[in-house]
Amino acid sequence: MNGALKVLAHHLRLYRRVWKGSVFVSFVSPVLYLASIGVGLGSLVSRGPAHTVGGISYVAFIAPGLLAATAMTTASSETTFPIMSRVYWMRTYDAMLASPLRVRDLVAGEVLWLTFRLALVSLIFFLVMAAFQTVHSIGAVFAIPVAMLSGLAFGTPVMAWAAKQRTDTPFALLFRFVVTPLFILGGTFFPIDRLPRLVEGIAWLTPLAHGVALTRALTTGNAASMATLGHVVVLAAYAAVGIAAAMVTFRQELAR
Amino acid sequence: MIAVLGMRRRLQQPAAHRAARLVERDATLYRRNWLVIISGFIEPLLYLLGIGFGVGSLVGSVVTQGGHQFRYAVFVAPALMATSAMNGAITETAFNFFHKLKYVKLYDAVLSTPLGVADIALGEITWALFRGTAYALAFIVIMAALGLVASPWAILALPAAMLIGFTFAALGTATATFVRNWQDFDLVLVVLIPLFLFSGTFYPISLYPGWLQLIVQVTPLYHGVDLLRSLTTGSIGPWLLLDVGYLVVLSLAGLVLATARLERLLLK
Repeated sequence: MNGALKVLAHHLRLYRRVWKGSVFVSFVSPVLYLASIGVGLGSLVSRGPAHTVGGISYVAFIAPGLLAATAMTTASSETTFPIMSRVYWMRTYDAMLASPLRVRDLVAGEVLWLTFRLALVSLIFFLVMAAFQTVHSIGAVFAIPVAMLSGLAFGTPVMAWAAKQRTDTPFALLFRFVVTPLFILGGTFFPIDRLPRLVEGIAWLTPLAHGVALTRALTTGNAASMATLGHVVVLAAYAAVGIAAAMVTFRQELAR
Repeated sequence: MIAVLGMRRRLQQPAAHRAARLVERDATLYRRNWLVIISGFIEPLLYLLGIGFGVGSLVGSVVTQGGHQFRYAVFVAPALMATSAMNGAITETAFNFFHKLKYVKLYDAVLSTPLGVADIALGEITWALFRGTAYALAFIVIMAALGLVASPWAILALPAAMLIGFTFAALGTATATFVRNWQDFDLVLVVLIPLFLFSGTFYPISLYPGWLQLIVQVTPLYHGVDLLRSLTTGSIGPWLLLDVGYLVVLSLAGLVLATARLERLLLK
């Protein structure tokens, strides 16, 4: 564990140089999305056929969805290019392994760093959500750890896969064929049951749909059901499998 | 000697036959990554289905500034087309161009051939435009297939989307010359996200207070969205010439700035 903390300290030291820009974007982006899509498009929805989305305003509907989606996009940008870069381009891990650190320290350290980044963006996003009056109960603060868990559920399998890549083309494909479709169709902007049955089924196989359902249940105050537990189990399973897979792939690539 | 060569390059006007070599180089490279090119068609389609029909089922219909009522998918589709032209051009120029300029040092090698700085700017922007045109063509065909084209004027949507792509390709190239590192792209995003969200993309700007409408009307994507939406919904008028004129002037300004900056960066 001590080794993992050393890896985390390495990332934090680097982050000190860029944190201002990073935090600024993490703050500005939800403000813009909630103002434009939530309030602006929401005013069209309120004049639409049903006026609300299942009884809640459109901004309150998309805010938790965007929180979970932001955790996903943050996780995917932290675990694609940066991981391959440390394995192959910059060979940062080779340098780390020349010290007393072991491969499992690297994996654990990366997971800690990802958790830190997710905590930061989720917290900032949640504060913006509260400013837009889309938080309706004290229990809603649990949306922060749930968004972090969604990010880990998506990011750790990607991390395991990214360690094995040698060009950045697969990352472009991941963003185009996985991240963007999930962002648009994963339940953030409209209820997932409006999708064709087959597409809806596929969406439920991905972590984002569960993350969105869970954060939405928490911020709108409908979290007291067995479904909640089911979503947590799915997300935790994704994260656990992802970490285990990263242990394997990092060993394959680095322990020679 | 190098200084003399530099002077010669500086005086060189851009030439299509030289710029075409750079386009050929980009096309050759992408033959290996054809899946990336194909994937560019998927993204606008997803937006069209997800936002147009998914969100559209919540919105119903929209009354445009012209006073006509349209289904939400008909309203939002041309705006998504304009956005896709912008994003495609910016990705190709700002991000990929920066990578080639700063890390691959491609243009240092290119300058040791008969190509000059202006050829580089022209070549890269042309390549971005090729890609963008292919996507725009696919987009308008899909729109027509889904019944989202409400006017025969939509035939002009393709050249209009090319103009939008060209404008943002020129701006993106100019921007890339100011970027210092990958973190600076955060700032590029801080500009792109509001353009995407506030240019009348998802709802008419008449929802905004007057001062905000004025601000939106001086930004480039608004004019792209207005142009495409007018063409595909068939509300044609002389103000469209204003949209076109605005985009033409901005693209030329971007081109001049990009070339001037590249000369400073590459012919130090």
